[in-house]
Amino acid sequence: MTPLVTLSGVAKRFPNGTLALDRVDLAISQGSFVSLLGPSGCGKSTILRMIAGLVQPSAGRIDWPGLPEAARTGAHPELGFVFQEPTLMPWASVADNIRLPLKVAGVAKADAEARIAEAISMVGLEGFAEAFPRELSGGMKMRVSIARALVTRPKLLLMDEPFAALDEITRFKLNNDLLQLWQRFGWTVIFVTHSVFESVYLSNRILVMSARPGRIVEDVAIPAPYPRDDSFRVSDTYGDLCRAVSLSLHQAIAA
Amino acid sequence: MSAETPQPRPRRESLWLKLGAPIAIGILVLAGWEAMVTVYQIPWYILPGPVSIAQTLVRDWHMLWPSLVNTLQVTALALGVAVVGGFSLAVLFASARWIELSLFPYAVILQVTPIVAIAPLIIVYVDNLTVALLICAWIVAFFPILSNTTIGLNSADHNLLDLMRLYGARRWQVLWFIRIPGALPFFLGGLRISGGLALIGAIVAEFVAGGAGSGSGLAFRILEASYRLEIPRMYAALFLISGTGIVIFLFFTGLSHLLLRRWHESAIKRES
Ligand SMILES: Nc1ncnc2c1ncn2[C@@H]1O[C@H](COP(=O)(O)OP(=O)(O)OP(=O)(O)O)[C@@H](O)[C@H]1O
Ligand SMILES: [Mg+2]
Repeated sequence: MTPLVTLSGVAKRFPNGTLALDRVDLAISQGSFVSLLGPSGCGKSTILRMIAGLVQPSAGRIDWPGLPEAARTGAHPELGFVFQEPTLMPWASVADNIRLPLKVAGVAKADAEARIAEAISMVGLEGFAEAFPRELSGGMKMRVSIARALVTRPKLLLMDEPFAALDEITRFKLNNDLLQLWQRFGWTVIFVTHSVFESVYLSNRILVMSARPGRIVEDVAIPAPYPRDDSFRVSDTYGDLCRAVSLSLHQAIAA
Repeated sequence: MSAETPQPRPRRESLWLKLGAPIAIGILVLAGWEAMVTVYQIPWYILPGPVSIAQTLVRDWHMLWPSLVNTLQVTALALGVAVVGGFSLAVLFASARWIELSLFPYAVILQVTPIVAIAPLIIVYVDNLTVALLICAWIVAFFPILSNTTIGLNSADHNLLDLMRLYGARRWQVLWFIRIPGALPFFLGGLRISGGLALIGAIVAEFVAGGAGSGSGLAFRILEASYRLEIPRMYAALFLISGTGIVIFLFFTGLSHLLLRRWHESAIKRES
C-alpha cells in the first residue's frame, strides 16, 4: 500500500543556526495512528509543521505518493491541525470558530451549518454553539479546536500535544473520544506527545525521537488491538508496552 | 436564573463608590467655592461663584449654544476623518511592511510637533477657517488611532495565522477574519484617546485663529469674553468644553464596553 506521506532525508536548520532535525526518514501509512514521542526540543512540532507545509525543510523532501502530481506541493487541502493551545478566536462563538475553515473555503451556508452541527456533536459540545471561548473550560476549548479541525473532513489529522495542558481525567476522556472518532472515520493521525502512557494508549506505532539534533531513533509497533478502552489502561499488556517504550525513550535521551 | 436575582453586594457597593464618591466631592468643592466667594465677598469680575456661572450659562445660552455646536461639528468631523484615515492607513501598514517603514516616521513627526506651532501656518495657507480647524484637530486625533490599530493588526495570534495559511486563506480573508477583529480592542482604545484629542485640537486651533474673529467656537467665546473681562462667561464656556470632553470620553468608553463585553478581558467583569 502506498504511504500517505513520506519524509526522506529531511533536515531543518533554523536561520539562527539551530539544527532542529537531521536525516529524518519516515513513511506514514494510510489509516495509521502514529505518535511522535520525545523530550522537549527534539523537533516534534517542527516535523508536524513541515508536514503541514508551514515550515520548509532545509534538506530532503516531503512527498505525498498517493496524490496526483499537481497537488503534492504546498498546503495539503485535506489536512487538519490541532495546536497545543486551543488557538481560538476569542471574539467568536464556538460555532463561528468552527465555521472559520468553511468560510475561508467558501462553503455554502446551509451545507456549512449542517457540518458545524455535526462537528459539535462529534466532540460532545451540544448546547455550547453560542458560547464564547472564555466561557468554556480548558478541555472544552480543546474540543472546539478539535471540532474545527474535523469540520473540514480531513484525511490526515496532525495533533501537537493537544491534551498536554489538561488534567488526567479530561485527558483520558478525550483520548477515548479521539480513538472512537479515528476508528469511525478511518483518518490518519500523527500525534505529538511527551507522555509515554498517552502514546501507548492511542497509537499503533510510536516514533521515539532524541534531541540535538532531532532524529527518529526508534520505531515501535504497538500491536494491541482496537477498540481500546479503560480496561486496556489497566491491563498487563499496557503496562509492559509502557515499560518498553519508556526504556527506549530513556535510551534516546541518554544517547 | 430569574431576573429578580438580587444583585450581589460587592457590585452595588462599587457602583455607589464609582458614582457617589466623585459626585460628593464635586458638590463639596462647589459648595466650598460658593461659600468662599460669599464670605470673602469676592467680586464676580475676579472670581465668580458656581451660582453666578450657572446663571451666566443660562443667560448667555443663546450665544454659547451655537458656539458649542460649532466646536462639536469640527471635533466630530475631524474625528471621523481621523478614524477613516487612521484605520485605512493602519490596514495599509499591516499589508506591506515597506509602506509602514517608509511612512510611519512621518506620522510620528506630525504627532510630536506641537499643534500650536503648526496651527498658525495651516491657518495662513488654508482660506476656509473651518477647513483649517478641521485639519488641526485631525492632525492630533489621527495618530492614536493609527498607532493603536497598527499594533492591533500586527498582534494577531501566530498560530491562528498559521491556521489560515493551512486553509489556503487569501490576504483579505486573513485581514477580515483574524486581524481586524483582533485589532478592535486596540482601535477602540485609540478612539477613546482620539476623541478627547480631537476636541483639544479644535479648541487650540480656534485659539490660534482667534484674532481672525470669524470663528464662533467655544474657544473664540472665551477669548472674546476675556477681552471684555466677562469672567463668568469664560468659566461658563470652560465648563461646556470640559463637559463635552467628558461626554465624548464616556461615549467611547460605553461603546467600547458594548462591543467587547462578550470576549475581551478589558470589558469582562471578574467573578469573585
Ligand atoms: N522558529 C525557530 N527559530 C529557531 N529555532 C527554533 C524555531 N522553532 C524551533 N526551534 C528550535 O528547534 C528545536 C526543535 O523545536 P520544536 O518546537 O520542534 O521542539 P518540540 O519537540 O516540539 O519541543 P516541545 O516538546 O517542547 O514542544 C528546538 O531546539 C527549538 O529551539
Ligand atoms: Mg512542540
